[in-house]
Formats: sequence, structure tokens, C-alpha cells
Amino acid sequence: MGAPVKYLANVTTLTYAADKCAGCGRCVEVCPQGVFEMRDKRAAIIVRDLCMECGACARNCEFGAISVNAGVGCAAALINSMLTGGEPSCDCGGSGSSCCG
Amino acid sequence: MQMQTLQFVKKAAPPWTAGTINTPAGSVFRLSSDWSRPDYWGMIKSRSGAFRMNYAVAPGLYAVGDPTKDSDVFVTANYKLTFDMLRRELKGMHAWILVLDTKSINVWCAAGKGTFGTDELVNRIAATKLETVVGHRRLILPQLGAVGVNAAEVQKRTGFRISFGPVQAKDIPAYVRAGYKKTIEMRTIRFSMLDRLVLTPMELNPAMKKFPWLAAGILLFFGLEPQGVLFKQAWFGGLPYLVLGLASVLGGAFVTPALLPFIPFRSFAIKGWLVGLLAVFAVHQLLHLPAQGDTMAMIVSYLFFPVMSSYIALQFTGSTTFTGMSGVRKELKIGIPVYIGASVISLLLLIALKIKEWGLL
Repeated sequence: MGAPVKYLANVTTLTYAADKCAGCGRCVEVCPQGVFEMRDKRAAIIVRDLCMECGACARNCEFGAISVNAGVGCAAALINSMLTGGEPSCDCGGSGSSCCG
Repeated sequence: MQMQTLQFVKKAAPPWTAGTINTPAGSVFRLSSDWSRPDYWGMIKSRSGAFRMNYAVAPGLYAVGDPTKDSDVFVTANYKLTFDMLRRELKGMHAWILVLDTKSINVWCAAGKGTFGTDELVNRIAATKLETVVGHRRLILPQLGAVGVNAAEVQKRTGFRISFGPVQAKDIPAYVRAGYKKTIEMRTIRFSMLDRLVLTPMELNPAMKKFPWLAAGILLFFGLEPQGVLFKQAWFGGLPYLVLGLASVLGGAFVTPALLPFIPFRSFAIKGWLVGLLAVFAVHQLLHLPAQGDTMAMIVSYLFFPVMSSYIALQFTGSTTFTGMSGVRKELKIGIPVYIGASVISLLLLIALKIKEWGLL
């Protein structure tokens, strides 16, 4: 469906240390937004602003080259966590599956 | 379906199975790749949000076709809609399906919560004695499960090496044919208009549940007279504002999600506000508002309703596939004070309006 829809620019907490990259390609395999590509046997960030902070890359990088403050990009979850002081999660009241498609 | 009855249903062979096959780890249900009427009905019910809870299948190992020791193992969630889509896409293949206990939640959300996670996968491999059923040590996981599963850790603890397959089950046959390689289309999430439309019932539903409160408030306001609450006043005065309220809900929960990429600005709050503004303008034109040239009421409509639409539109960030936490946090930081401010000012203006109307000044 054409180009991916972009969200706010310059907000992602994604950081990547290329010197730690061993070139396994896991980040390219797991990123659902196409943020990473392999360039010269190393991963490279090609569209940083598409990062949605899901955390798949950081969780699966064996070499600790990637870090991101992962979390849900969900207004209801964030408002809930502001009100209750808890961690933002998808459990917007009731039992779990109420808000995720 | 209740979890307690699942065990019973499993023993009684669910309608989506087609017999059993014997494995070194015991008898395993063979799945039908076709959907029957209850499967379609279940999809409609869960999509509409009416009976979303506990739409589950029992976790464990299942067979598709006539799998052998060399057949692929696909891992999935126990949300029945997810499971149904997978078994349908594997039609004609011979494979194993390992269903994790994700508390009847889809892969993406369950991975975010950690129920589609490293520990559950490791435990499920052990519980099903998967290593006795297959000779190889390969697992294919849905790509979105990577949020919750650390592939290296699973390999360390079980010996199984994980490949993250396509985002969508429908791409699995092509992925397998291509030698377990993904194209860029297979590994990125698309968010088409249809994808967005099927999510809108879940936006409209909660918004409409709160609507009676707004409606009661509007009717009370217009009906409130020095001599008590007058029904006729409430109805004729309040009706246009009920329409404005409905238009704002539709603007925020339906129009904004459906037309998302075509509405200017990246911020959901601004998109929703723009749509709300247009909706309020359209209602004013259609109903020839404001009646009796009441500019104060008009100011309140333009102040309050677009902001309401904006707030509702912002909720859609929870259903999208591309909004991150930092971005939503930024929107809320600016948005919430604006929402509260606009609501308070609207309320004060309405009180002033009533005072003027009653001739108290």
C-alpha cells in the first residue's frame, strides 16, 4: 500500500553501536518497519524515524549493539500508567485482549 | 469459550480437527485447513469486540497434513483467530504447529506482554516433548513474536534454532518455497485501509459506551431551567449538540483511522482535531446552526467537539502498527493540557451562557 505511514520524527530512543555489530542480520530479520539493512556485512539504520520502539531488534541482538526503550505506542496505556503510576501495558482495563487487534 | 471447558472440548475433538496422528510423544490432533461456519462467526464476533475474551484453543502440538520427523514446526499463539489463519494458510503442507499459551491474545500483543515469550516457548517445547517428535532442531516463529522471544536464549536452552518467518501467515507458503527467505514485503507491516477499517469497531465501541454520559450532560444542560429540568427544552435545545457529539465520535474513531495517511500532519491528535473541526463545520451547515445567532454556543462547539475528536483519534495509536511510545508520550504531553483546558473553558462558557439566559446578569 505505497510508502509506509510515518509517525513523529526524531522521537525514537533507538541507539545502535555499529562497532559491536557482528553482521548476523537478526535485526533486519525481526524489524517490522524495515529500519535496518545489511551494508558491507554490518547492519545499518536506513530509516530511523520509522522505528516504533517495539524492541524486537534489541531483544534479539546477541552482541548488545542495539538498545531501545521499548514499550507500547498506545495512548490509553500511557494515560493509564500516568494515572496509576504503573508501567504502560496493553491491559487497558479488564482482561488483556480488549484493546489489541 | 471458557478455559475450563477447553480441556473437555479438546478430548471431544474440536470441529476444526480431522482425526489424530500418533507421535513418539503421544496422540496429536490433525487440523483441518478449512474454515467452517463457527470459525467465520467467531472471527466476526472477535473483530467486533462483542465477545473478544477467551477466544482460545488449547496450547500444545498439532499436525497439518502428514508431517514427519523432518517437517517444519510453526509456532503460534492460542488466540483462535490467529490459529485459524495459520492452519488455513498451511493448507496442502505437511507441518507441525506448536501453540503457545498466550492467554487467547494474538502474537503481536502477547509478545509485547511477554506471554509469547522465551520462557513460554522453552516450557512448551519441553511439555510437548518436541525433541522426540522431530529429528531436526528448527522452529519457525511469526516475525512479530521477536518482540517477546530471544532466539539466542531459546537455542541455548533447548537446542532449537529459530527462524523468524513472515509477519503475515499468508506469506508462509511463498517463504517456504523461497528456501525460508523473506522479501522486504514479507518482513514489514503494511497498514492498508482494510487493515485499519477492521480495527475501527474496536475504536467506536468504547467511545460509544461513554457517549450516554455526554448525551445526558448535554440534555441536562439544555433542559435546566430555573423551574427545573424541562424535557422539551432539553430535547430541542440539545439535539443539535447530540448530533455534534456523534459526528465527533465518528470523526475520531472512524474517519481518522480510515483516512489516516491522507489527513495532513503526522500527529494523531492534530489529525483527529482537523477531522473534528470539519465534522463540526459540516453539522453546522446541515442543521443551520447556530439557532438564534447564538455565537457563544457556537464558540463552545468549535472549542470542545474537535478536541473530543482529537482525543478519540489519539486512542487509535494503540491499534496502529507504526506508532512508538516516545511519539505517543510527546503527543500526550502537549495534548492532555490542551484537552483539559478546552474542556474547562467550554464548561465555564456554558455556565456563563446559562447565567445570561436566565437573566441573572
